[in-house]
Amino acid sequence: MAQRTVTIASSVGLHARPAALFVEAAQGTGLDVEIGRTGEDAVDATSILGVMALGAKHGEEVVLTADGDGADAALESLVALLSRDLDAEEG
Amino acid sequence: MSGDTRHGVGVSPGTAVGPVVQVAPPVRPPADEPAPTDAGAATDQVLEALAAVAADLDARAEAADAHAQPIIKATAMIARDKGLAKAAGKLVGAGAGPAHAIAAAVEEYAAQFEALGGYFAERVTDLKDVGNRAIAVVLGVPAPGVPALSEPSVIVADDLAPAETAALDRSRVVAIVTAAGGRTSHTAILAAQMGIPAVVQVQGATHIPAGTRVAVDGDAGEVTLDPDMALIEAQRERRERRAAALAGVAGPGTTSDGHAVALLANIGGVDDAVAAGAQDLEGVGLFRTEFVYLSAHAMPSVEDQAEIYRQVLAPFPGRRVVVRTLDAGADKPLAFADLGEEENPALGRRGLRLCQARPELIDSQLEALALAAQDTGADVRVMAPMVATAEEAAWFASRVAAAGLPKSGVMIEVPAAALRSRHVLAEVDFGSLGTNDLAQYTMATDRMAGELSDLLDPWQPAVLDVVAAACDGGTATGKPVGVCGESAGDPLLALVLAGLGVSSLSMAPSKVPAVKLALSLHTIDECRALAELARAARGAVDAREAVRAAASEELTAIL
Repeated sequence: MAQRTVTIASSVGLHARPAALFVEAAQGTGLDVEIGRTGEDAVDATSILGVMALGAKHGEEVVLTADGDGADAALESLVALLSRDLDAEEG
Repeated sequence: MSGDTRHGVGVSPGTAVGPVVQVAPPVRPPADEPAPTDAGAATDQVLEALAAVAADLDARAEAADAHAQPIIKATAMIARDKGLAKAAGKLVGAGAGPAHAIAAAVEEYAAQFEALGGYFAERVTDLKDVGNRAIAVVLGVPAPGVPALSEPSVIVADDLAPAETAALDRSRVVAIVTAAGGRTSHTAILAAQMGIPAVVQVQGATHIPAGTRVAVDGDAGEVTLDPDMALIEAQRERRERRAAALAGVAGPGTTSDGHAVALLANIGGVDDAVAAGAQDLEGVGLFRTEFVYLSAHAMPSVEDQAEIYRQVLAPFPGRRVVVRTLDAGADKPLAFADLGEEENPALGRRGLRLCQARPELIDSQLEALALAAQDTGADVRVMAPMVATAEEAAWFASRVAAAGLPKSGVMIEVPAAALRSRHVLAEVDFGSLGTNDLAQYTMATDRMAGELSDLLDPWQPAVLDVVAAACDGGTATGKPVGVCGESAGDPLLALVLAGLGVSSLSMAPSKVPAVKLALSLHTIDECRALAELARAARGAVDAREAVRAAASEELTAIL
């Protein structure tokens, strides 16, 4: 199982547009991806409601996990996404 | 010849013509929905309903403009969410009917979002919208809320709730008509903000067939079905005359002989502040701060509050912004300061009374406002809601001084404060008449009771007498008294208020130009004479007619 830890860069946290972009990307991997806080139950990263209910704020650390072929590469791309301020990139 | 004309109460001025779009009422899972006999089929029904909602939202997103598109797409994503489908499926497995299962699954997520507060809580509206649409599909009834608008339309509903209008495509709404509602209902406030005509209390409005062309007259309070060309022409001429007359007004509010009456905006959030900041007005006369708190489950930190206030104050460096401190209570309960149920919330522990029970609420708000005022350079003046006595005014003034804010004031919305304004105003720097609540308490009439609209008419001479008493106290103490109820935006009533001694009028920004014009056409002595006429009248209708007949024809020609 592949695992990565990343700090949320979006200034408003993982909600609305940043959450939608992240979930779309997670769905695009075709893998079972989970996101959560260290030591807590993770949620399905392909569920917009699950990701929003996580309520990850700006500067918070989250753990991504995935299984299967290409899991490492998939997580790298998701980490890169979360490391950008998605809310600042309009249009 | 025009078809029949329905009469209601005009709550936002102007005229418009367009086809009727009926807003379907909200749907609820039927109380007698049976438990599914075939759980598999019931689960399929849930999944199909959610898929249909997602497909419908996708289609709406395609047709929407660039601003609305991502918002609608995000809502479609919720409808397609695996977690929501799974939760609803689980509930069906446990014996819930499909409509109840959708409603309960939505509630589960909504509760989580509400607990997170802030941005997350705001998404609850979208989530509930998805749930309601899916339930409507299951029940085979029209989708609730405002349908997608393909052309400029007249929105017709029993009443409009804030959630229903949140997603409204404002560029395609030309007028609003409701069967219920009142002068100070959400519909009235929304229409005034948008600067479009609105008529409430129109009997049978919800039975007007969709697509019927109607002419809406927000001044006369009339809705005419299938209007003929003569009526449309007459309304168009009036609209053009009005636009031409208002195009010429600019600068601060003043009577024709130079008596200043500051014209200000009522705002309730950051968007309102940005819009009002760009307009030709002298500042904000009423900033309602409840939005900062109502969606939060915990008291927001001083820094979080200050950040929101900075955004609201930023458009007004050097201009005045009158901030009403937290006006919550049993009817607008706060999750973190609930004092329990009350039999009669409007007369209970609301406004300053709640803050006296929980002083930490007001202290942190004042601290945040002081920080934001310092950073933005806005001329911030704070006032307390629901003040009845001089002791309460003094208590508030001491809190404001302790927070380092320069000016404190009181809302005058309880008749007691108006009658005793000499003593109440002596404790503070200014007063502001909240005429909506003042009318409610003077006339012993619930603001929400639309069918009692006539009693709540701000032209009621008893209300004007109470306003006059408050102004007398202002004159005696040398303290300015303003008006921040919607009545300040009625050009004729504005003249009366100026004549009674009011020194500022705060209203929806769209109403400022007509009031500015009205003042510029009369001397202060003429305003005083109009005030005398209104107070001498026997009733509200007589008062309005007497003032209309005596006011400048240049003004009444465009009303």
